Amino acid sequence: MALILTEEQTMVRDNARAFLADKAGVTHLRKLRDTRDPLGFSPDLWKGFAEMGFCGILVPEALGGSALGHVEAGIIMGEIGRNLTPSPFLFTALVGASALLRDGKAARNRELLPRLAAGDLLVTLAVDEGPKHAPAATALKAERHGNGFALTGSKCLVVDGHVADLLIVAARSGGSPGETDGLTLFLVDAKAKGVAVERTVMVDAHNAARIRFDGVAVDADAVIGELDHGWPLLEAALNVGRAGVAAELAGLGGEAFDRTLSYLRTREQFGRPIGSFQALQHRVARVFIELEITQAAVLKALQMLDADFERAAAIVAVAKARAGTSATLAVQEAV
Amino acid sequence: MSDLEQFRRNTRAWLEANCPPDLREPVVIDEDRCWGGRKPTFKSESQRLWLERMVARGWTVPEWPQQYGGAGLSREQGRIVREEMRRLGCRSPLDSFGIWMLAPVLFKYRTEEQRREHLPPIARGEIRWCQGYSEPNSGSDLASLATRAEDNGDYFLVNGQKIWTSYADKADWIFCLVRTDPAAPKHLGISFILFDMTTPGVSTKPILLISGRSPFCETFFDNVRVPKRNLVGALNKGWEIAKYLLTHERETVSSVGLPAARPLGQIAADTLGTCEGVLADAFLRADIARFEIDAMAFQLALERASDLLKAGQASPALSSMVKFYSAELNKRRHELLMSAGGSQALEWEGERSRNGERARAWLRTKGNSIEGGTNEIQLNVIAKRILDLPGA
Repeated sequence: MALILTEEQTMVRDNARAFLADKAGVTHLRKLRDTRDPLGFSPDLWKGFAEMGFCGILVPEALGGSALGHVEAGIIMGEIGRNLTPSPFLFTALVGASALLRDGKAARNRELLPRLAAGDLLVTLAVDEGPKHAPAATALKAERHGNGFALTGSKCLVVDGHVADLLIVAARSGGSPGETDGLTLFLVDAKAKGVAVERTVMVDAHNAARIRFDGVAVDADAVIGELDHGWPLLEAALNVGRAGVAAELAGLGGEAFDRTLSYLRTREQFGRPIGSFQALQHRVARVFIELEITQAAVLKALQMLDADFERAAAIVAVAKARAGTSATLAVQEAV
Repeated sequence: MSDLEQFRRNTRAWLEANCPPDLREPVVIDEDRCWGGRKPTFKSESQRLWLERMVARGWTVPEWPQQYGGAGLSREQGRIVREEMRRLGCRSPLDSFGIWMLAPVLFKYRTEEQRREHLPPIARGEIRWCQGYSEPNSGSDLASLATRAEDNGDYFLVNGQKIWTSYADKADWIFCLVRTDPAAPKHLGISFILFDMTTPGVSTKPILLISGRSPFCETFFDNVRVPKRNLVGALNKGWEIAKYLLTHERETVSSVGLPAARPLGQIAADTLGTCEGVLADAFLRADIARFEIDAMAFQLALERASDLLKAGQASPALSSMVKFYSAELNKRRHELLMSAGGSQALEWEGERSRNGERARAWLRTKGNSIEGGTNEIQLNVIAKRILDLPGA
């Protein structure tokens, strides 16, 4: 597969770019942040996402989705990164939808996915418990309780945790923290008894929450993936999320670069554009090189998720690592 | 089965039957390479045989037309030959500045007769070429070159000096930039000429490098007579050709960044050992991981560049980006190899270190960010041609 966008994908990008630049530019985020908006995102904008077919981007048409791929989802993430648009897109439309789809329980999906695609259901993944991402270290307990389980423990950096309707919770049903065996994923209603959500306002205005689970009772059919063997599904969902974040960061770095480049052309000092100075030309050329290389890795990762999901983990890791460092560089070098 | 699949099968079978086993080992030292020439040096009989067999098949230059010594293969077929060679680990039968740099110029700028004269001996590895570009006072500012070629009727009289001429002492012919009009602005008085290194008045002096080797020479021209028919393109239009050739040189120098046969992590584990299945040195392990991430992403960027080219969206200064990054990657790779080798890698002589192979290769990489256009020149090109920033 060629490492360039197809004509259809270019159209998806152009549509997403026009839509987001118009409806959700950087001022949109600043307004939500500065007015201390309780949701941290705009439900109207999210309705717009649904109408554009973004919410159900990975969902089959029969379930109300647009049945596109990870490349298209990544393209939208890139535009979100360019505009710093706050939305539940990453965790609902990518991570949440792909966990449900890969789990593949038909009856449940018939109920949930059409709502998700319509923008009426927000989903998230609650995995980390400590300050660093370490899924295998999951300690939140899942104990047998009646016909189901009782969940006890706490999660942090649950993205969209303060607004999500449905939480996919990684819990330890066996083994000990550090082991990948003995993990189970549960679908938990955010309104269930014993769930305590504390919104955490973050430095970058990202939406996140800490959530405590105090003996939260769930049925046996709340299990998503396999009991005690939830690791493969968790990793799959995380890889979709990692690729999405990589695409978002590549977009963010690209926007910082574009703005810097146009400033270099127009800002004048000493009677000429500052972009004519070699010291600045070399700095911006290096950022360009790093971003170009990252873009290739990100596109390949997204393509691999579509073409050969089981073998995509390594390239997803490369893309995420590259996107993190080159977006940081672009932003640090930007004006 | 499609024709291309059949071609791939036949190619694989032929390579398996004809590539000598010791020519499937990775290149370690420079003598492992075959450069051909009037007086070729072969490290082994099998190296000679491998060249001979590939020449007979036209596969030193698979895509060249047959009348010039190639096999007349399509681009797809040529790609399959290279892929199958890589798969089997076959070494290049012939390394050649003639193939990499001069031939593209001859295809673009010379007459049919001139092509027939020079291309077949290049394809057969019979004539080894060197590149007369840099001068003591003309490096990055190459267009300021001063080597003079005076018009003396039937011939040019060439006087001057070149430097950093790769393998000039071993080359049979030189392609050379000379000043034919000293009165014109610097870019408009340069011509591109070819001549035999045995012509009276040509002399070379190898330059001893920090690696202990001398791949580069100083090259002197003292009243060298060059027939006028050896001019390529038009008189005083040599700069255009020089630039065209440089883009090919950049791509050649860039190929040093391609992945080596064995991953760095394994090479490091040979000397440092592992602990619970991972490299025993945690810092080096992290550095190697960072390198491999960048190397893998760079490979994908090359793939993307070639796809963009096919789609007609290639950027004009892409080769500068590739040259810059591959030089940086190669330097990093050799720093890591030295780090992984520890004190063993510091040994300079003797069997165990293969005469300081690793240290010499590391020192050699110091030139990567200078040769073929410095990193700073590449950044200038990117700033001007891709980013369209105003001239300083």
